[in-house]
Amino acid sequence: MNLALAPETLARWQFGITTVYHFLFVPLTISLATLTAILQTAWVRTNKEKYLKATRFWGKLFLINIAMGVVTGIVQEFQFGMNWSDYSRFVGDIFGAPLAFEALIAFFMESTFIGLWIFGRDKLPKKLHLATIWLVALGTVASAYFILAANSWMQHPVGYRLNEKTGRAEMTDFFGILFQNTALAQFFHTMTAAFLTGAAFMVGISAYHLLRKKHIPVMRSSLRLGLVTLVIAGLLTVISGDRLGKVMYEQQPMKMASAEALWETQAPAPFSVFSYGDVDKGHNKVAIEIPGVLSFLAHDNFYEAVPGINDTNAQLKEKYKDTVGLDDYRPNIPVAYWSFRWMIGFGMASFALGAVGLYLTRRRFWLAERLRTGEDERPRLALTRNRELSPRLGVWYWRLSALTLGFPLIANAWGWIFTETGRQPWVVYGVLPTASAVSPGVSQGEVLTSLLVFTALYAILAVIEVKLLVKYVKAGPPELTEADLNPPTRIGGDTGDGADDRPMAFSY
Amino acid sequence: MHLHDVWFVVIAVLWIGYFFLEGFDFGVGILTKLLARDRAERRVLINTIGPVWDGNEVWLLSAGGATFAAFPEWYATLFSGFYLPLLLILVCLIVRGVAFEYRAKRDGERWQRNWEHAIFWTSLVTAFLWGVAFANIVRGVKIDQHMEYVGSLGDLLNPYALLGGLLTLVLFTFHGAVFTALKTLGDIRTRARRLATGLGAATAVLALAFLLWTQAQRGGTASLVALLVAVVALLAAIGTNLAGREGWSFTFSGLTIVAAVAMLFLALFPDVMPSTLHPDWSLTVTNAASTPYTLKIMTWCAAFATPIVLLYQGWTYWVFRKRIGTQHLAPSGGH
Repeated sequence: MNLALAPETLARWQFGITTVYHFLFVPLTISLATLTAILQTAWVRTNKEKYLKATRFWGKLFLINIAMGVVTGIVQEFQFGMNWSDYSRFVGDIFGAPLAFEALIAFFMESTFIGLWIFGRDKLPKKLHLATIWLVALGTVASAYFILAANSWMQHPVGYRLNEKTGRAEMTDFFGILFQNTALAQFFHTMTAAFLTGAAFMVGISAYHLLRKKHIPVMRSSLRLGLVTLVIAGLLTVISGDRLGKVMYEQQPMKMASAEALWETQAPAPFSVFSYGDVDKGHNKVAIEIPGVLSFLAHDNFYEAVPGINDTNAQLKEKYKDTVGLDDYRPNIPVAYWSFRWMIGFGMASFALGAVGLYLTRRRFWLAERLRTGEDERPRLALTRNRELSPRLGVWYWRLSALTLGFPLIANAWGWIFTETGRQPWVVYGVLPTASAVSPGVSQGEVLTSLLVFTALYAILAVIEVKLLVKYVKAGPPELTEADLNPPTRIGGDTGDGADDRPMAFSY
Repeated sequence: MHLHDVWFVVIAVLWIGYFFLEGFDFGVGILTKLLARDRAERRVLINTIGPVWDGNEVWLLSAGGATFAAFPEWYATLFSGFYLPLLLILVCLIVRGVAFEYRAKRDGERWQRNWEHAIFWTSLVTAFLWGVAFANIVRGVKIDQHMEYVGSLGDLLNPYALLGGLLTLVLFTFHGAVFTALKTLGDIRTRARRLATGLGAATAVLALAFLLWTQAQRGGTASLVALLVAVVALLAAIGTNLAGREGWSFTFSGLTIVAAVAMLFLALFPDVMPSTLHPDWSLTVTNAASTPYTLKIMTWCAAFATPIVLLYQGWTYWVFRKRIGTQHLAPSGGH
């Protein structure tokens, strides 16, 4: 059969497309839930209208996103069984539990309280309504933990034994699986990247409005929240990325070597900035490198050796010759190499822009009195204590911020492409090759059908979603009504004159 | 009682919860064309389930997740075997969820009408397909000695399964009409009650035929008891609806779903997916189950989480207990 259209290849493409697509919405959902909750908390505590307006504005964008995240998430749970039934049989004893926990503990919380938050404005007292968005935020984070713990087991299987008779992996230590170092490192990195994503989104859209000098009080506060989050999350993403890199190096040396296109073992090992390789011949034609940095990424020092692709491949062949017996344990090297660079590049570009922005828009620190701005003024971009950025450059700062709001989304996508393709040829590292995981009973035609259906459907929905986002971004924060400013004091809504026929604050 | 038996019950309960709750969601979706006369009435219908449909759908995800964890072989055989029907269900659930959320986000006539079509068709197709899927599970399908489904798509579309699909379709629509009568005000409430009577009669005929057929194929004493409960509950739902006792009618239409789905699971036990090729090749609660260790962990989790979930989901229904009429619609929709 034509390899490009083999059911396994098609199933992998489908998993890749649906997962990357799903993960466009996930980090935004996670971070925007919390950021919206923070803004609503600010409103409850200060009673300032700008915070309520900001809550409504970001909340709306959050809802447009979470809708897509939720529906594309259903596919994720189903397609293990649909396309990877042999995988499901093999790992169900272990992998199913976190998935079930995710549904029972996290999804229920998220989905139930989101309904209460959307429709509950005129039904719940102020603080109770605030509690619902915090519970949604908690649900999104809990959900992320469970699914990342499950994924971590595929990266680094622990707490199990192989049952020779049934040929299945069986769980022996649930908490060992749930809290292994891979899971903690992945969770830390994914969470910080998620907040980087939501923060860049918030900064970008605030900058878009501030560039036009519109909705200044709301956008000013949002920009500030966004920039602070962006810088903190950016820093933590670097730290967590470094931690995860070391875990990965220990557990999957091949992935680290591939990320660097490091063909031969080297000491000290350099970090490759750019290279152009010859995959078949196993070496690079061109390479620009920073000496010692890869050693640091792997070992925390600048001199120790890092094993190369060729040596690692030989070792793995020797190690698995009697069990799995594959011919080649290399992932797709160019994909691993470039995805690693795109991930870091796009993520860090966003972080840098945030750091610059936080400095330029500072409120008091090292800033002359005349450059300080009030709540309804656009922040001035101050280069030094007394000097502003030239207007032309200033415009470019706002523009760049708006234009790069999607950078972390790109970084996230490459991050997952890196870590999942970099694990190949394994689906469960060192235990189950991907080729043995696919559903044997599902035909080529069936996978091709679903691949095309999902791709087409997702493409159409993407267009619809982006158009809606643009519409609501442009519209800016809504005007508040009397009812908005005076939430009910009783659960179920206030009673009294005409309360029975009063329109809902929100309806579909 | 072994833990795998417990988990068979838990999974049955999750499916029962799903069909009870999303049953009326599907019904309401179908009624947007069957009952509503204009956009305002369609909006009333959609808003009766607005705050809850998403939470209701998680029952499905929990059932799926629990099946994966407790009976991996069942999950693998079922989901890969029923590939194309599940694909269609997934597409419907995706479009349906987006339709609820996005319909009111723009004012355009065409925009809103298209999403309303989507709500109707996706609700209808999914309500039908779940019946087809469950009928096939109970009846048994072609499963070989390696637990692989070896039948074709055509095999799944047998008369018994199609009757099952028709039953869930009409039963959910009935359940939705009863729910609408309970949750709305004004003219639409009266018409919902009237429509429910006709739907109830149609459900009774289909239910009797399908459940008796099931009983004749695989039934035992326990499933017979559930069958009788389902039939009595259905008659009570029809009767109380005629008498205008909306709360009772909804209770009984819900009980009908509970008993009917319970009957299917009772008829199934101890198999989880019988093979029509050879009895030894059937998937059972023992050969499809996870290890006792996994089941024990899962039991703890379920015992801890389920009561809390029931509590806050129940509370949500209480918060949104008020009936809705056209006068309650927010003028600008979801802006």
